[in-house]
Amino acid sequence: MNKEFIEIRWHGRGGQGAITAAKIFAGAAFVSGYPGVVMAPSFGTERRGAPVMTSLKISRDKIYDLSPIETPDIIVVLDHLLLAEADVTHGLKPGGIIVLNTPKSFESYNLKDYRFATADITAISVEAGLPHGMVNTGIIGSLERAINLVGMEILIKGIEEEFSTRKPEKNSLAAKIAFERTVTGG
Amino acid sequence: MHIIENGNVAAALGVKLCRANVIAAYPITPQTPLTEKLSEYVESGEMKAEYIPVESEHSALAVCIAASSAGARSFTATSANGLLYMHEQVQWAAGARLPIVMCVVNRAVGAPWNVWNDQQDSISQRDTGWIQMYCSDHQQIIDSVIKAYWLAEKVSIPIMVCYDGYILSHTYMPFDAPDQEQVDAFLPPFKPDYALNTEKPANLNTVTLPDVRMDVRGELAHGYMEIRYLLQEEMRAALAVAAEAEKRFADIFGRGGDPYIEPYLCDDAEYIAVGLGSLTYQLRVCVDALRKEGLKVGVMGVRFYRPFPDVAIANALKGKKGVIVFEKALSYGYEGALVSDLKSALYEHLAGTGDLPMVQNFIAGIGGRDIRTEDLTQTLRAATKSRVAKEPVWIGLKL
Amino acid sequence: MGTRNYRRKTSHSDHGPGDGGRTGSWRVERPVLNTSLCIPCKRKTEACFMCWLFCPEVVISRTIPPAINLEYCKGCGICAEECPTKAITMVDEAAFSEEDKDKE
Repeated sequence: MNKEFIEIRWHGRGGQGAITAAKIFAGAAFVSGYPGVVMAPSFGTERRGAPVMTSLKISRDKIYDLSPIETPDIIVVLDHLLLAEADVTHGLKPGGIIVLNTPKSFESYNLKDYRFATADITAISVEAGLPHGMVNTGIIGSLERAINLVGMEILIKGIEEEFSTRKPEKNSLAAKIAFERTVTGG
Repeated sequence: MHIIENGNVAAALGVKLCRANVIAAYPITPQTPLTEKLSEYVESGEMKAEYIPVESEHSALAVCIAASSAGARSFTATSANGLLYMHEQVQWAAGARLPIVMCVVNRAVGAPWNVWNDQQDSISQRDTGWIQMYCSDHQQIIDSVIKAYWLAEKVSIPIMVCYDGYILSHTYMPFDAPDQEQVDAFLPPFKPDYALNTEKPANLNTVTLPDVRMDVRGELAHGYMEIRYLLQEEMRAALAVAAEAEKRFADIFGRGGDPYIEPYLCDDAEYIAVGLGSLTYQLRVCVDALRKEGLKVGVMGVRFYRPFPDVAIANALKGKKGVIVFEKALSYGYEGALVSDLKSALYEHLAGTGDLPMVQNFIAGIGGRDIRTEDLTQTLRAATKSRVAKEPVWIGLKL
Repeated sequence: MGTRNYRRKTSHSDHGPGDGGRTGSWRVERPVLNTSLCIPCKRKTEACFMCWLFCPEVVISRTIPPAINLEYCKGCGICAEECPTKAITMVDEAAFSEEDKDKE
């Protein structure tokens, strides 16, 4: 993966917090030496529970092109059921990474052109003390494990700032556990 | 301090830093999060302002007109059909010479109903007597709001700060949020020539006759025509004041550039793409790609659309082989409004000199149609080879 | 001499009689007050003043008896319409002598 310019597309459901997660990751990337970060949600028709996506571009230079990502390096999926429901791998570069929240085992996924990083974020988040279904901070840990881009310390700080009034320690704990338990390979 | 936020928050932060006294707005996508953010600031006490909820955009601007007449720094924001519904008061605010600042978060107009981005809404308000500024990123949004208050109050003309809906309003990117002290140093409190005063009542903008008249003091007062002439005269003179604003801003905030246009790789370019707003930044990527192919291309963003910086534009385009104007709006029945204005400026300043470039017009992104960078690059490449068509060409049309 | 140096950029009229010109000359009919029917005059106390309240040109005073400034009264007749005791009647200007008119 070219770490000078990275395109990440996030897939979740309305209300799951994919946009907040992408925003935290964008902030951490900026702090760690990427002056160009642009996070663009899909526009206009967000509804709770419906599939939503947001794109995040990370670059060593200011980003002038705000058009949607067409060929992402990484896909982050907050709900494994979306794999069947939406064309989440659309445009994913060969050798690209799919970061997936799933209760299934790593071995049950074998799309040969892509690499996988999986963890049961739903269970991990409950273990960290978050209400059931709060998965957007855990997935940040999985993403960092998969791409090793900004470092957990900066991400933990970003999470605790964003959630400063909403269980900051439990949210950062979810990310830490997810980072440890994420299985990568392929 | 650098923060990562969306364009609506950049605008709201600018309004807060300018210490606006009165905010009145009616929600409409994609503007809504901007005024929601302002209502949060007011509710939490972070911002000392009156937030006046209204039942329509027409009333929103009516409230701002009244507040501004009473000496309050006033703000509103809208999009698309909200702006169109406001139109009667838009003209009124300009004729009354009130320095209101309004963010127009650009969106396609109905019918058919569409919430996505193009620029038909603000372009259709071109002739209302408002200054129009266009922004290409979040830094320009927050900076333009701050500059706009200074300029508007200096020339007594209202200003629309226009930025692309969703593409800028809902997209997150880093920008420098200035300190309150810096903004206070740049922007003094609003001191109007006359503010409504119960001790000294006056009638404002009542029936004004076609001819001049003696007023109650026995002085010869303007007729309608004189008042409208002054608006035109001072709007043209506002170009010089805008340059003063830009310089003053650069002195305090350490950033700025040409007040009217934003050229990129234009000096040695043979062909220059021209546009308004975020599209011109996307075109930089196309220009970079075409430069690698050896094509001498550049791109120029127009920051002020009214007053129209005709001299700056003619100077920048003088002697070029071709000018390719990309627009997200058009004057139905002819061509893009910007390309018409641009050709008029070129004719005025370059006719007969042999330096007149060929001009082409492309329409893109109407109703939020994705503008693919690859398509833009191809279009620009083709436009440097030959004249694509006489009529404006719609990019990405699937008819 | 034009209006170049006029103190305002806009249409702005200060409070005062006659900002719209000497509107008394527009009058076709003149309001005439019958003090024997007028409520404040009869009661010798501040009351009613509907004429004062409704006059669009603000040319009727809140006094006993109410006084009408004929230099600016344009003869619209609203005071006569509103008076609850019909104390004001509109009289054809032709009924007044040149002398009366000069007194305006």
